[in-house]
Amino acid sequence: MARLLIALPALVAVLIGALFLWGLDPDRDPGAIPSVLISQPVPEFDLEPIDGVGVPGLSKADLAGLGKPALVNVFASWCVPCRAEHAVLTRLVEDDGVTLMGLNYKDKPADAAAWLARLGNPYTRIGSDLSGRAGIEWGISGVPETFVVDATGTVIYRQVGAISTADDLAKIKAALAAAGSGDVAS
Amino acid sequence: MIPELGQFALLLALVAALVQSVLPIVGAAKRNVLWMQSATTTAVLQLGLIGLAFAALMRSFVVSDFTVRNVVENSNSLKPMLFKVSGTWGSHEGSLLLWVLILALFGAGVAIMGRNVPDGLKARTLSVQAWISVGFLSFMLFTSNPFERVFPPPVDGQDLNPLLQDVGLAMHPPLLYIGYVGFSIVFSFAVAALIEGRIDPAWARWVRPWTLAAWTSLTAGIALGSWWAYYELGWGGWWFWDPVENVSFMPWLLGTALLHSAIVTEKRDAFKSWTILLAILTFSLSLLGTFVVRSGLLTSVHAFAVDPERGLYILGLLGITIVGSLTLYAVRAPKLEAGGIFAPISREGGLLVNNLLLATATAVVLFGTLYPLFVEAVADDKISVGPPFFNASFIPIMLPLIVVMAVGPLLSWKRADLPGVLSRLKWVAALTAIAALVAWYIDTGGPVLAVIAIAVAVWLFFATLREWALRVKLGSAPLAESWRRARGLPRASHGMTLAHAGLAVCILGFTGSSAWKDEVIRFGAPGTEVSIAGFDLRLEKVERLRGPNYFSDMGTFTVTRDGEPVAVMRPERRSYPVAQSQTTEAAIRSTIAGDLYVSITAPADEEAQAAGMWTMRILYEPLVGFIWLGTFMLVGGGLLSLSDRRLRVGAPRRSRVPSAVATPAE
Repeated sequence: MARLLIALPALVAVLIGALFLWGLDPDRDPGAIPSVLISQPVPEFDLEPIDGVGVPGLSKADLAGLGKPALVNVFASWCVPCRAEHAVLTRLVEDDGVTLMGLNYKDKPADAAAWLARLGNPYTRIGSDLSGRAGIEWGISGVPETFVVDATGTVIYRQVGAISTADDLAKIKAALAAAGSGDVAS
Repeated sequence: MIPELGQFALLLALVAALVQSVLPIVGAAKRNVLWMQSATTTAVLQLGLIGLAFAALMRSFVVSDFTVRNVVENSNSLKPMLFKVSGTWGSHEGSLLLWVLILALFGAGVAIMGRNVPDGLKARTLSVQAWISVGFLSFMLFTSNPFERVFPPPVDGQDLNPLLQDVGLAMHPPLLYIGYVGFSIVFSFAVAALIEGRIDPAWARWVRPWTLAAWTSLTAGIALGSWWAYYELGWGGWWFWDPVENVSFMPWLLGTALLHSAIVTEKRDAFKSWTILLAILTFSLSLLGTFVVRSGLLTSVHAFAVDPERGLYILGLLGITIVGSLTLYAVRAPKLEAGGIFAPISREGGLLVNNLLLATATAVVLFGTLYPLFVEAVADDKISVGPPFFNASFIPIMLPLIVVMAVGPLLSWKRADLPGVLSRLKWVAALTAIAALVAWYIDTGGPVLAVIAIAVAVWLFFATLREWALRVKLGSAPLAESWRRARGLPRASHGMTLAHAGLAVCILGFTGSSAWKDEVIRFGAPGTEVSIAGFDLRLEKVERLRGPNYFSDMGTFTVTRDGEPVAVMRPERRSYPVAQSQTTEAAIRSTIAGDLYVSITAPADEEAQAAGMWTMRILYEPLVGFIWLGTFMLVGGGLLSLSDRRLRVGAPRRSRVPSAVATPAE
C-alpha cells in the first residue's frame, strides 16, 4: 500500500502528460468557442431592409418559413475580410444554388448600398442591423460570421471569421447538405 | 558575425553540458576524484559560453541588427534603449536563452560556492543539472534558434508587443526565471540524493540557500507581474487566476512548502522523503509552467507564439524529467530511513499542517487550471474555470493555514505546550477580536469572508510580532538587553518574522482591494463628472501627444474632495503604429488608505469616437498598496534569511569556509 502511495506522483504525472499530448493536437484550437445556438431555433429578430438595395428585410419568420436551408452571413462594408469573402459567397449562390441571407451589421445603409452596388448583391434578403441588437441575439463575436440554417429555421452550423480556406468551404457545404436531407447534425 | 559567434557558443555549451552530464556521475560511481571535479570546470565553462551567447543576442538587439529574425520580430529602431535590451528576452527564443543562462548560473553557483558539499554529491548534482541543460540547449538549437538570419534584411523591425514595453515587465521575466529555474538546482540535489540513497540534515542545509534564493526571486517576479497587470492592463485588478499566472503561482506554493519542510529535515532529520518529493514536484511545476506558456495548450492573455512542434519537444523533455525523477523516487524513497519522532502538538506538527495545506492548495490550483482541458478531452465540452472557483476553493484552505502559521513559530520542537503558547497570545487574540468587530462595524452587510480575512491577518501580524518580542524579551527585560538579544538572534529568525508579517500585510491588501472595491464605468465627453468614494472627478480634456514610438491620447482629470482640489490625474491610451496595438496607462493616486485608479479608452463605436466621447473606468481600491508593501517584506525576509551566517559557514562536518554563499538573485 505504501509502495503504491509512493508511486502515485509518477502515475499522476503520466496521466497529466497523456492529457497534454492530446491537447497538443494542432487541429485543436483552445480559443474556439462553440455556439450555444447550434441545434437551436434562430433567435427572435426582425430587421428593416437597406434603402436602395432592392431586396426585402430579414426576420426569424423569413428563415423559419423558407422551406429550404439557407446561409445567413453577417457582413459590413467596413469589414475587410468580408470583401474577400464576398466572392466566395457569390460563387456559392451562382454555382451551387445556395440561398444566401445577409445581416448587415452596424453599417450605414448608404455605405452598404454602395458596397453592394460595386461588388454585386448575392443576398436574397438583407436585414439592416444598425444598432447591433440582432448581432447580440445571434451571439456573434465579430464580422464576418456565417450560419447554416435548415428548412425549419434551426441553426446547425456556425463559421466564425471569413470563409477563406477550402476546408471552411467543405464544412459549410457539408452542413448545407445535412440541412437539405433533414438530418440535423449536432 | 557576432550572431554566428553566439550560436557557436551555444553549440559549445551543449558539448560542455554533454560532458558534464556523463563524466562526473560516472566518476562518482567509480570514485574517480578527477572526473568528479571536472564538473566544476564544465559548469563554469557552460555559464561562460551561454553568457557569451546571451551577450551576442543582446548586442544584436542593442544595435538593432535587422539581419537577425528575432530582432526583426521583436524590436524596432525607434524603441527606447531599455526595451531594446529587454527585447532580448521578450520572445520565445530569447526567453529560452535566458532560461538556460539561469540554469547554467545556478549550476556554476553550486560548482563555485558549494565547496563544503562532498565531492560525490556535488558531482552527481551537477551531472543531473547538466541533463536538464542538455535537454533545453538541444531544444533551443533544434527548434528555436534565436540567431536565425533573414535575407534580405528589412529596413526596420516589427516592434515588441507594446504591452511588454514597460519597466516592470522588463524586469519580470528575469526575476521569475531565477525563481522558476532556480528550483532546478534543488531538483538536481534531490535526484542526486536519491541516486546516492542518503539524505541527512547536512543535505537540507546545502539545499537551503538555493531554495531560498529561488523562492525570494519567484516572489518578487510574481509580484512584479501582478503589479504590471494592475497598472498596465487598465482593469484595476492584480490577479486574474489566468492559467499563466497559476503556473507561476504553483511552484511558489510548493516552494514555500519545501522551504518549511527542509527546515524539519535540517533540524530534526525528519520529513526526508517528503522534502525530496517536494523538491522534485516544485521544479516539475516550473517545467509545467514553461510548457504551458509555450505550447498554446490553454487559452491565456499572455503566451508566446504557438508552435505544436515545440510543444511536443518540451512535452518530451518534461516527460523524461518528471516521470523519470518520480519513478526514481518511487524506487528509492522507501529505503530512506525515517527519523525524528515528534508529538502532534510540536513545531514539526505545525510544519506538517503547513505542508499539507500548501500541497492541497497547490493541487486545487493545478486541478482548476487543467480542468478545462480535462473536460474538453473527456466530454468534448468547452468550459472555463475562473476566479469564482479559485476564490471558493483556495481561500478556505489558506485561512486555516494562516491561523496555524501564527502559532507555529511559538511551538517548540518535539513536544510543545499548546495551552502555554495560547496563553501568551491572549492579548493578540483580544486585538484580533477588536479588529474583527471594527471591520464588521465598518462593513455591516458586506462579505463575511472579508471580516474573517481581516481578523486572520491581524492575528498573524501581531502573533508574529509577539513571537519576536518574546525572543528578544521585549518589555520583560531592559531595552539594552533586548537590543543585545535582537542582535544575537540569527538573521534567518528575523527573516521569518519579516516574511510572516509581510504575508499578514499582503492579506490586508488582498481583502481590502477585492471586497471593498468601488468601480464606475462612465461614457462621456470632456466635462463629464464622476463621484466615487468621496472623490469628485471631472474629465477636463483629452489631448493627442507624441511619444518615441507611439501616439498617446492623454486625458486630464481634476480630482476634488468636498470642493477642495486633491490631484490632477493623467491617464493615457497609447497606440503603437508599428506594432499595431494599443496600451492603457492608468493614472493611479496611491495613499495608504487606498488607490484612486483612472483609465480611459476610446469607445468601440466610431460615431461616438468622432463626437469626442471616451470610456472612463474609475476605481477606488482600498488598501491595495498593502499588497506591494507586504511583498517587499516577504522578499526582504527572504533576503535577510539568505544572508544568515548559518548558510555561509560549513556544514557540521567541516570547519568554517571563507567564501560566502552569495545570493544568486543578483
